[in-house]
Amino acid sequence: MSQSTFARTVRLGVSSLMLHKLRALLTTLGVLFGTSSVIAMLAIGEGASEEAQEQIRQLGSRNVILRSVKPREDFNTGASQNVRVLSYGLTEDDLARISETFPGVARVVPVREIYEEVRRSDRAMNPRVMATLPVYRDVTGRVVSEGRFLADNDEAGVSNVCVLSDEVANYLFPFQSPLGEEIKVGADYYTVVGILLGRVRQQSDSAPAGKSTAEVFIPLETGRKWYGNMQVRMRAGSREMEEVELHEIVVEVDAPENVPVVASACREMLARNHKQSDYEIVVPLELLLRAEETKRIFNIVLGSIASISLLVGGIGIMNVMLATVTERTREIGIRRALGAKRRHIVSQFLVECVVLSVGGGLLGVALGLAIPLIVERYAEMRTIITPSAPILAFLISAGVGVIFGLYPAWRAATMDPVEALRHE
Amino acid sequence: MAEPSSNQPVAELIGVTRNYRMGTNVVRALDNFSFTFGRGEYWAVMGSSGSGKSTLLNVLGCIDRPTEGDYKVDGISTNSLDDDALSELRSRKLGFVFQSYNLIPQLNVLENIMVPLFYQDDPPADGEERARTLAARVGLSERLDHRPTELSGGQQQRVAIARALVNHPALILADEATGNLDSQTALEILALLDELHAEGRTIVLVTHEPDVGERAQHVLRLKDGRIESVKRGQRSMAGARA
Ligand SMILES: Nc1ncnc2c1ncn2[C@@H]1O[C@H](COP(=O)(O)OP(=O)(O)OP(=O)(O)O)[C@@H](O)[C@H]1O
Ligand SMILES: [Mg+2]
Repeated sequence: MSQSTFARTVRLGVSSLMLHKLRALLTTLGVLFGTSSVIAMLAIGEGASEEAQEQIRQLGSRNVILRSVKPREDFNTGASQNVRVLSYGLTEDDLARISETFPGVARVVPVREIYEEVRRSDRAMNPRVMATLPVYRDVTGRVVSEGRFLADNDEAGVSNVCVLSDEVANYLFPFQSPLGEEIKVGADYYTVVGILLGRVRQQSDSAPAGKSTAEVFIPLETGRKWYGNMQVRMRAGSREMEEVELHEIVVEVDAPENVPVVASACREMLARNHKQSDYEIVVPLELLLRAEETKRIFNIVLGSIASISLLVGGIGIMNVMLATVTERTREIGIRRALGAKRRHIVSQFLVECVVLSVGGGLLGVALGLAIPLIVERYAEMRTIITPSAPILAFLISAGVGVIFGLYPAWRAATMDPVEALRHE
Repeated sequence: MAEPSSNQPVAELIGVTRNYRMGTNVVRALDNFSFTFGRGEYWAVMGSSGSGKSTLLNVLGCIDRPTEGDYKVDGISTNSLDDDALSELRSRKLGFVFQSYNLIPQLNVLENIMVPLFYQDDPPADGEERARTLAARVGLSERLDHRPTELSGGQQQRVAIARALVNHPALILADEATGNLDSQTALEILALLDELHAEGRTIVLVTHEPDVGERAQHVLRLKDGRIESVKRGQRSMAGARA
């Protein structure tokens, strides 16, 4: 078919469809929803996997993270008292066992948390105050935006210095740089030496609010010296004494393929040495696998919805086109009498089907591009529209038009011209 | 009109039979029918209802095939042609005028006139020019972008005649072309056919009305799928022998 013939066939198709505008519009709905769900599906799936990957990047894909978890309340012991001591969590012994005996472990970083309020003049907040070693930054891949992170001589000198996450820095020092200034953690003064970005990635992109964490870092030894293992935690109406040696241990593995081995070694060791379940193990690599699995299920569900609506949409188009062919039997007879070959009739009706489905497809692409925006806004889910998604959706809709148009077009083309001309 | 082979008959039916099977009965719409329509002749085909006039015209127009026998258009035997070749033959050699005009509703006047050219394997470059000239000839130059529904019956039939001429056909076939028109408009259409005949075109017109038949050059009467009578008029020129 030459270019002008094709253009004319398309124009003819459009003007035939325009004779019944509402019908054409309704016919396209199935394809419209089909293509829009294809696009939305891809955008949401892509966003979810991107988000998971970013989370993993923040935690470090070569890391295994052990955390102390307060065991479930035991109402028999000291439930009637106001003051009680709860002793749980990871210990220095755990730390030593991991760093000394586990093969495949590169570095091990202990973290203690201090339950104190952080103030600067009249501003106060309750960030996570963490006492840790200088390697913490390197192992977790965190980024310093101003000043420096904790250093070895802070540790050796048991200095009162601290590093703030940007969230804390912005809140406590809204109008000036915090570097060199002092803040109060509990009753003690600390000099701010650096600011750490709250997240690994530097560009302040579309991350939902509340994701970045408020953190203050101090040297491990300083934490030990001033706050000890026994800490008081204020609870609604009661005070609670807690004794926790270490709140978190970050284990860095030498190579990604050794992560599962180290993770299960940690699991075994902790199970052997802890009578109560007062710890948890986070393996970012496992999170990644779980995220992939979630994405896969999500794709299957949305993919089925998309295929069903495309199937139903295609059947709808076929149904309407069969009716159209019957309705236009006489026109077909006239065209055949005037010299139209079967392929001319086939292409005429096929083009009409494709115009319908591609029209639906284009509206679907528009809707499909809008859905992720709405999802992002109200469901606080990240979505990513890859350029291939609208193209794919468009091709699928054109394919639906061809597949479901073939039969009606064939019916039209094989009509007997004499019979068709006699049709009322 | 410069015809390439003016001594050759335009349409030649050789022992054509067209059967319709109705359950166990067989209706012979054309029964061993042999006839030759010569170049430049203007024939009226008459006969009672069911005598086979439309069937004859459909065979002549290559939209129906004989059950037996052969039909030659411009010397080309149609028996051996496949559907595509037959369609191409229609778009090149034949012009149709129908009782109910049969214009295509979603096309305007100009496009309707050009339809037969769209379907030729190798359309002429001057198609639009031809269509404009023909529209002017049938008095519709002012209506080129009108849709058929915006035209009167007589105007629609004139568009149909222009359409039947656009491919310079060897044979123009008209089935009850004036059947739906009032007598005044019918006369205008018949005058147009007279003009075409005067130009040397070959026309076969099916009609019920005796006075329409009178205007044609020759009259062919059918009965039960056979020739009842052949009445040749004064102006007979080409050698057409049954
Ligand atoms: N599709 C068909 N199936 C069965 N029989 C048919 C068919 N078409 C025509 N016939 C029969 O063939 C015979 C000739 O029909 P045809 O239509 O040629 O008549 P006609 O001369 O044009 O009649 P009229 O003046 O009423 O139009 C009739 O007996 C008709 O019943
Ligand atoms: Mg008839």
